[in-house]
Amino acid sequence: MAIELGSVRYRYAGSASSVLGPIDLRVEPGRVVGVAGANESGKSTLCLVAAGLAPGVIGGRLEGSVRIDGVDAATLRPHELAQRCGLLFQHASTQLSHTTATVFEEVAFGPCNLGLPVAEVVTRVWWALRTAGIEPLASRDPARLSGGQGQLVALASVLALRPRYLILDEPTSELDPAGTQLVAEALERIVRETGAGILLVEHKTDVLARIADEVVVLDHGAVVLSGSAAAVLADPRLAELGVEPPAGVRLERAVRASGLEWSAELEEAVE
Amino acid sequence: MTLSSVASAAVISGLPDYVIREPRGFYHSLNPATKLSVAALEVVAAFVIPGWLGPGLVIAVLLATAAASRTLRGLMVIGLAALPLVVSIMVVNLFVLPGASDPIVRIGPLAPTWSGLWFGLMTTARLLAFSSAVALAYMTTPIDDLLADLARRGLGRRGMFVIGAAVQMVPRTIERVGEITDAQRARGMDTEGRIWRRARGLVPLAAPVVFGALAEVEERTMALEARGFTAPGRQTLLRVPADRSIDRALRWLALAGVVAVAALRLAGRMG
Repeated sequence: MAIELGSVRYRYAGSASSVLGPIDLRVEPGRVVGVAGANESGKSTLCLVAAGLAPGVIGGRLEGSVRIDGVDAATLRPHELAQRCGLLFQHASTQLSHTTATVFEEVAFGPCNLGLPVAEVVTRVWWALRTAGIEPLASRDPARLSGGQGQLVALASVLALRPRYLILDEPTSELDPAGTQLVAEALERIVRETGAGILLVEHKTDVLARIADEVVVLDHGAVVLSGSAAAVLADPRLAELGVEPPAGVRLERAVRASGLEWSAELEEAVE
Repeated sequence: MTLSSVASAAVISGLPDYVIREPRGFYHSLNPATKLSVAALEVVAAFVIPGWLGPGLVIAVLLATAAASRTLRGLMVIGLAALPLVVSIMVVNLFVLPGASDPIVRIGPLAPTWSGLWFGLMTTARLLAFSSAVALAYMTTPIDDLLADLARRGLGRRGMFVIGAAVQMVPRTIERVGEITDAQRARGMDTEGRIWRRARGLVPLAAPVVFGALAEVEERTMALEARGFTAPGRQTLLRVPADRSIDRALRWLALAGVVAVAALRLAGRMG
């Protein structure tokens, strides 16, 4: 049971060269795999490929295999993919349907598309709102939310389809620290309570340090670093690859560089 | 199915009150198709019945309906918004109505005419009747009620989404134009002063609005796919507006009214 990418290469329609690959990656239920890398390193493309939308929906050419729980993603239709693998984009505003008057109805949009009975839709919506931590927003107008709240509504909307995996493409990129904190807490809760597997593309390495089990770093479409989150995020090559290390790592380096000792108390305080 | 039975079904399903949204009063509770049929009859009557009778009768009915449905204030605001158009109609007809030769007074080369005055007032009354009929239907019908009713009558989910998104896009586009205008002003664009200066400012304003909207299309398409939008079968409707016997009777009456007015006019019984 996992999302498995085997020797995947992908190139967009009309493009002569691959923008991704070769990539081997595995996301298991209950695990968070973080993805970092400079701009144009192929992170968003990786999300589309892992979610089965590329080439299925946007075209292009894929080599290698993408399997979701053992099923070839190419054989699944978009609404079947959506129920196995939820995808969240950077901009909350483009993910909302803009046809609903309340957050409750916005979250219900996906289950309603599946033609589920009303009682099942209601059950799923309350569950998704509770899991995302936004029950109090249920009656609000989705167009009148803050950035962090909007992103959580988009997250709840994806959760309402009950996918086993979540693929999140820089979900905090437009958020302030408070909004980032809200999303990070929600993701921790989702993993804890649902056992979902998460592929999390994120520039903010502090978020990865907090919730990721493993991290891979992409450069020009290929994996150049991979391993446990702690090891990869402390790797000295990170900055050369256009990724800023987490604040804790930078602080430790600064303390050591100034000749002071990095004590266990300091490490505990940072954590 | 009656309105109360819809509400009961919703309560059993656990839908919250803010999703059920019980209509406030008789006119609000009419089926959207009924309100559109009544509006169509009012528009036809205002334009087809000759003289003051048509627009006068329609405006009187509209004012009474608006007062009863507590939308009179909104209707007045819409009437005020039409003021510039009314003024231009009056000025044009007053001074340059072709064939008018009954001046009220001569002011140098200008000679407003009695014929122009009456024709301008008549046109204004018809315009107000038309805009008020449409506005009343709009103000008393939530867009999702209209969409749900159209879906019940066979409109597919794509049609529903196109109509819903188009209606909701208007305030969003206005908001976006405001944001881009502020951004361009901060960079020195002149949006005040003479007309040619304002016109010159339109290019840096329009380009980001149009291209930004186009750039969103692909992400919005993928987000819809990721929410099961293309799933086969019928979409679940959380609530469907009631279609009672009074609605059906009113629609037949409206249709009979349109046919009668048109037939009488064609038969020459209306002047």
